[in-house]
Amino acid sequence: MMAGSGLHFVVLILAVAICGAASVFQPISDSHRSAAVDVFVPVDGSYKSLEEAYEALKTLEILGIDKKSDLSSRTCENVVKVLGSSSSTLKDAFYALSVNGILKCKTGEAVLLKDIVSQLQAGVKGAKSLLDFYYSVRGLVLVKEQFSGTDLSIGDAEAIFRSIKTLSQTDGRWRYSSNNPESSTFAADLAFETLAGVISLAPSEIDQSLIQTLKTGILKLFDSIQKYDDGTFYFDEKSVDASQSPISTTASVIKGLTSFAASESTGLNLPGDKIVGLAKFLLGVGIPGDAKDFFNQIDALACLEDNRFSVPLILSLPSTVISLSKKEPLKVKVSTVLGSTAPALSVKLTQAISSRSKDSSVINNQELKFDADSATYFLDSFPKNFDVGKYTFIFEIVLDDSANEKAYITEAQTKVPIAATGVISIENAEIAVLDSDLGSVESQKKLDLTKDGAVSLSANHLQKLRLSFQLTSPLGHVFKPHQAFFKLKHESQVEHIFLVKTSAKKSELVLDFLGLVEKLYYLSGKYEIQLTIGDASMENSLLSNIGHIELDLPERPEKAPRPPVQSTESHSSYGPKAEISHIFRIPEKLPAKQLSLVFLGLIVLPFIGFLIGLTQLGANIKSFPSSAGSAIPALLFHGGIAAVLLLYVLFWWKLDLFTTLKGVSLLGVFLLFVGHRTLSQLAAASNKLKSA
Amino acid sequence: MVKSTSKDAQDLFRSLRSAYSATPTNLKIIDLYVVFAVFTALIQVAYMAMVGSFPFNSFLSGVLSCIGTAVLAVCLRIQVNKENKEFKDLAPERAFADFVLCNLVLHLVIINFLG
Repeated sequence: MMAGSGLHFVVLILAVAICGAASVFQPISDSHRSAAVDVFVPVDGSYKSLEEAYEALKTLEILGIDKKSDLSSRTCENVVKVLGSSSSTLKDAFYALSVNGILKCKTGEAVLLKDIVSQLQAGVKGAKSLLDFYYSVRGLVLVKEQFSGTDLSIGDAEAIFRSIKTLSQTDGRWRYSSNNPESSTFAADLAFETLAGVISLAPSEIDQSLIQTLKTGILKLFDSIQKYDDGTFYFDEKSVDASQSPISTTASVIKGLTSFAASESTGLNLPGDKIVGLAKFLLGVGIPGDAKDFFNQIDALACLEDNRFSVPLILSLPSTVISLSKKEPLKVKVSTVLGSTAPALSVKLTQAISSRSKDSSVINNQELKFDADSATYFLDSFPKNFDVGKYTFIFEIVLDDSANEKAYITEAQTKVPIAATGVISIENAEIAVLDSDLGSVESQKKLDLTKDGAVSLSANHLQKLRLSFQLTSPLGHVFKPHQAFFKLKHESQVEHIFLVKTSAKKSELVLDFLGLVEKLYYLSGKYEIQLTIGDASMENSLLSNIGHIELDLPERPEKAPRPPVQSTESHSSYGPKAEISHIFRIPEKLPAKQLSLVFLGLIVLPFIGFLIGLTQLGANIKSFPSSAGSAIPALLFHGGIAAVLLLYVLFWWKLDLFTTLKGVSLLGVFLLFVGHRTLSQLAAASNKLKSA
Repeated sequence: MVKSTSKDAQDLFRSLRSAYSATPTNLKIIDLYVVFAVFTALIQVAYMAMVGSFPFNSFLSGVLSCIGTAVLAVCLRIQVNKENKEFKDLAPERAFADFVLCNLVLHLVIINFLG
């Protein structure tokens, strides 16, 4: 899908790059054929699946490329194996028959055939989804084409037709099966091909009115067609996660339409410009990178090439550049999408509109001559007022109405962008140094811009430099080039570029050094002069070194900007950079370890003094309750306090505040109860003593 | 003159001692605890004076823990002292419970600030 979406993006870029709805489409050419060999001939000599084999072989057959014999024999083995086994699926049988149609393998006895036919007929009867119908009905059609004389009966053709038709929707798209509400344009192709197959297998049994309703349904499908600005039309699936790219959707619609039209004797009235637009869309893809897209493109173009009702003709130009100096004719080719010759027709150039004056046309209704040897149409004489520049040529194809077997369709008008180039003559080129106040010329030199000169001038900052020349097109009009650059390059490699402006009469550049002193970084010395003139329509674009000029500029003042340092070794910027030395915060000076340990000992001293003092005072725990009922709460109380203190130590060591708070709240509630119990018992005891 | 002042000082000291010995034991225990806490604080201050106050929060939390617990002990002593008329109706067990609770809260804050 990535390749598909990538291709879609490429097609979009192609469409965007073409401005003004003018573009050139080329039919399938040899570059396609050589790419096909790369894409479709497998390296290891065999295809991964019959579906791949069918796509590859069909594409190679359409493009007229010979298949290798060992490849064919190996694929044939596979085909015979699938057709011989009775357990192969409908899909495998269908693709095996398709490959057989291309390779014409020797399948052996007719016993195989009866099995296949019965399997396909059972498939038709028991088909529940569109794909089942497709494989079985198309399989029967293929058997009928390849093995003449077999008796195929499809059963009740009209009932089958109707049951397939129930899957259609009013917006022209079809569903895959009656339980699945998902519908797609791709399913429409499957439906049309299946119905065409049903009609071809039982032509007399289908009611004409059914076929008519189907035709209106097909035309409804065209309502969902989309178009690009350059006149190409395409189909795209509406659903977001469709696995079909616009190429495969468009190709499938074309295949379905043409197969249905082929089986129908009266034909469909398909809109001609849309068919050509679809053909142009497929050609505009170029060479697809994906094998599936390549197959879809070539298969659909082959359907368009060879159908009875609407064969599109493509107008293409080998070269869209007219050189007025070489006086070669403009060649135009008309062919079918696969590059085959077109029938007798005439090509007319109705208009040639210049990009400069869009309302009037330089050439009107010129008929192109036909060269039968190369099968091209050409225009060799251009009017006198055909000057260099960009044009849009509008071609029309007129078909000769002598009896054609097929009905050809063309675009109403084909717009092609053409560029006309010629030799531009350069006259009166001169360079002069002027005194700025009086405008008088101090030194003036004539230039020959076609070769490098060795003009040597000198100027100071009070003077001006003037360069002027005239460019004329082959017809004598003043030519304004796209690029006219004047470059001054100092000895120290500092460069400055100025634009030469073109007015109605000539091109001129005046450099006033007084104002440019700061831009030139006050660098005095020798400057080389280089002039570049270029344009797409100019066949003799030039870059010439005119010479050099000595400039005398004043001294640089203190605050003026310095010229940028020209790094001569630009490659050194890719080497390793300097090592960064990080500056860390200097850690604080900590006291000596022994000092800290001494103080640790000193801290403990008051605690020892406290304990000694307690014993001296005669502190005791005589009033610790002795009875079990009071001792337990007392013990728990002391234990709880110890637990809280232990929790604090843990908190300092590793826990965080929230865990500690949770623990403290739990222990606190516990302590509350226990402590209240103990202390109230103590209070009761002391009250008893007091009252007693 | 000097002799009388020194004798007065000795007499003063002797009378203070005899008066103090009359205080109940539990109050003496509390006094001892206060002295212990203050001494610990003084040692910490002396240490900081020697090595500098680099982890200042640790110094503060250490000193304030000692001072805080000393203050709470003084409050306990006031509330427990039977000669104090204002706290006649307050049971000493209740005062002790307050002392324990306040100490626990103080030490939680101290440990958090210790770093």
